[in-house]
Order: sequence, then C-alpha cells, then structure tokens
Amino acid sequence: MSGMKEILTKPLFRDNPITLQILGICSALAVTTSLTVTLVMCVALTSVAAFANLFVSVIRNHMPSSIRIIIQMTIIASLVILVDQVLQAIAYDISKQLSVFVGLIITNCIVLGRAEAFAMKNPPFPSFVDGVGNGMGYSLILIAVATLRELFGAGTLMGVTILPSVANGGWYQPNGLMLLAPSAFFIIGGLIWVIRSRYTEQVEQDEFVMAPHTVEGGAH
Amino acid sequence: MSSNVNSVSNVIKVALAVCAVCSVIISSAAVVLKPMQEANMLLDRNKNILAAAGIFDATQHTNADVERLFAEFTPRLVDLDAGRFLTEDEAARLELDAATYDQQRVRNDPEFSDALSGADDVASIRRRVKYSTIYTLDSGPDQYDLVVIPVSGYGLWGIMYGYLALESDGNTIRGLGFYEHGETPGLGGEISNPRWLAQWPGKRIFDDNDEVAFRVVKGGGSGEHQVDGLAGATLTSRGVENMIEFWLGDLGFGPFLDNEL
Repeated sequence: MSGMKEILTKPLFRDNPITLQILGICSALAVTTSLTVTLVMCVALTSVAAFANLFVSVIRNHMPSSIRIIIQMTIIASLVILVDQVLQAIAYDISKQLSVFVGLIITNCIVLGRAEAFAMKNPPFPSFVDGVGNGMGYSLILIAVATLRELFGAGTLMGVTILPSVANGGWYQPNGLMLLAPSAFFIIGGLIWVIRSRYTEQVEQDEFVMAPHTVEGGAH
Repeated sequence: MSSNVNSVSNVIKVALAVCAVCSVIISSAAVVLKPMQEANMLLDRNKNILAAAGIFDATQHTNADVERLFAEFTPRLVDLDAGRFLTEDEAARLELDAATYDQQRVRNDPEFSDALSGADDVASIRRRVKYSTIYTLDSGPDQYDLVVIPVSGYGLWGIMYGYLALESDGNTIRGLGFYEHGETPGLGGEISNPRWLAQWPGKRIFDDNDEVAFRVVKGGGSGEHQVDGLAGATLTSRGVENMIEFWLGDLGFGPFLDNEL
C-alpha cells in the first residue's frame, strides 16, 4: 500500500501540478478571489480528475490509439457537465460565482494530462488515487492563493471579516491588486520559489550559460 | 490484440459506445436535476426582488423566508408601449400570465419584443420586450406602496439584470439589486455589494421637468439625483446609469409611471 500513498502524496509538493508542471494556471488565477468559491472549485476539479482517470483506465485496453484523446475529452467533458449540473442544483449561489470556470475544467491541462500520462498505463484503482492526489495538489496551491488574496484583498475569509476594512468602518485598507489576476501570478511565483528552495531537485538547469564579459572584446 | 483494438470497426464501436453511455448519463442528470435548478433560479430572482425592495436582509433572513415574504407581492403585467397595466382580457388574449411570464425568455422573440435602433438603445440591450412583469405591494385598489420593475443594461462584459424598487410616487428609489451580471469581481462586481447599493434608497429619478436626471457620478455624488460611481469600474458605472436612463425613459417604464402612479 506504500505505493498508493506515494501516488497520493507525491503531487502535493514534490510533483505538484501547478508549481512544478505549471499546469492549470488559468483557473488558479480566475477563481481565487474568494476562498469559498475556491473550495468548491477544488472539490469539483478533484472529483473530475479522479473519475476521469478511473473511467479512462477502465477502458484503456479497448481504446484505439487513434481516437484516444477524443475519448478522454468526451469522458472529461461529460463529468464536467455533470458537476456543473449538480452545482446548479445544490449550490446555486456558488455555481453563479464560478460561472464559466466550472465548464473550463474541461480544458484544465491537469485532468487531460493525468488521463493521458497515468490512467492510460495503470489499472483503475491507482489511476483513481492519482487523480485524487493531483486534485489535492492543485487544491493545496489554490487554497493558499485564495487565502492570501481574500484576506489581503477584501479583509475577509470565507466571507467572515478578519481585517475590518476602511469601507466598512474598520482600519484595514484592502489591497485592490489582490483582487486582480496578476496578484495570483505573484503569489504562485512566490510559492514556486518556496517549494523549490525546499526541494532543490525541482530547480531547472539553465538552458545556456551566459558567457563572461570579455574586457578587450571590442564587440560594442 | 493490438491490431484488433485499432481496427476501423473497433474505432467506430468504441466511439459509439462511449458517446452513448456519456449522453445517457448527462441527459438523465439534466432531467433529474432540472426542477431543483429552476427552483433555485426562481428563488434567487425572488430574493433579489425582495432585496431591491429592502425587505430581505441577509443578516436576518434565510432562503427559507423568501417564499413567505415574496407572497406579499402581486405580479402584474405592463404594456410598455401603451404605458399602462395589461387588462386581464388582453393578457388572456396574449396567453400571458403574470406569475409565469418570463421576459428574459422572450427577449429575442419578434412577437414579444422590438429591436431598438442605435440612438434609442441607450442601455445597449438591442431588443426590448413589449410586456414586462412588475411586482407591487398594494395598499388598496390601484394604490401601490411599492413598485418593483425589472431593469437591464450592458455593463463592461455583458448585460446586467436587476430589479429597481420605486416608492408610490414613481420617482423616489427604494432600492436596487442585480441577480445576474458578469462584471469583474471586486471592481464592477461591486454593483452587488450591499454597501454600494445602500446609497440608492431615497434618491430621485426625475427632475422637476419630469426628465430622467439620475446620474452615477465619479467621486462622491451626493445630490438627490446622484449616487457615487464605483472606483475602478467606470464602464460598469456608466452602464448602470444608462440602464436607469433607458428603463425610466420613454421607451421603458416612463409612460407607465406617468399614467398609473
């Protein structure tokens, strides 16, 4: 069972889909202004990734290689529509806030990436676990980003006021940049830095080395 | 085995099987969940009408109270061209029922809506419905405490839909609320922020000449015809202003408010 644990926990830090593979950035920017919305998005993506992996793995031996991507996309798209429908039925307010981003899970590279890279080569159960693991890796980063953005952008967490903002008669002047997409880039960049300081093997080699200055080169 | 899997017949078989299974699952989910989704949408819209009227307070009421509170309102159909209520006979002839008529659904139906020409289309909504459902709180026959009218206008990213509640004079605003918009969260999306909406009640739409004088002003509008615009959302603020100008103007509810209130 240590293999399963490895599959589940590896995507959290050592092989995180966002910070190492730089996948799924679009939704990491788009839905992280509010923690509640982010949590629902994480649950949605994790379940889609897990079940897409499961179903792709179940039929992997019958899948003609010429149409495998189309079949994977069909399965993923169906699951996403299903999640969207369920959200509209049981969590209407949040589904309204997520608007198109639930639908955009279809194009989330993490889901298709895991289906193609892992589920096509592994039995159903490990594939399911891999989907859950990668969904959790994605969720971990999104929750961190959303916590920072909502706290400093609006002074609240899950809608509960933590730092009373000036507009509401408190003292905290919200940082408007935090509510805009670029702030998520900065935060994710910071997280990548932190994670790569801890796991130095993730640091990529320079593609080329700058040549040192030549004093009497006369090129200029 | 592998050549068998990749044969043309297997490609077709697998493709058909996957599509069939997926479509059955999706359509059953859609059918099963439809009633819940529609109930949610209706609840959300009604909650918005109550919020615009200042009756629903998120700190005191929950979704469970919406139905009870909303029952106090009477839905009525308005003929926008004629500027008056539709009589029961007219509504019956058009097969319209105030309680179920959905004006968003018939927005593009030529029988129930008119195209707007460029100069008339202040709010950039392209088409305007001929009949509209409004909600009234009645204090007696033909006496209305409160009139809630649907409004819509193009913001920055799309059309914003909301309800505007007016006092019995048809001029003083009781409140405004949006139930559907795609404005930027944190900037234009602040049109749904109760704190911004709190400056609307008490403001007036029309000036002494009965013209729409209402403006969304940059930098602290405090006059009786003004509200403060949203910082960082100039186009959304302008969209809200245009929306009011259109829907309270001659092509909107202007004639109706003159005639019936």
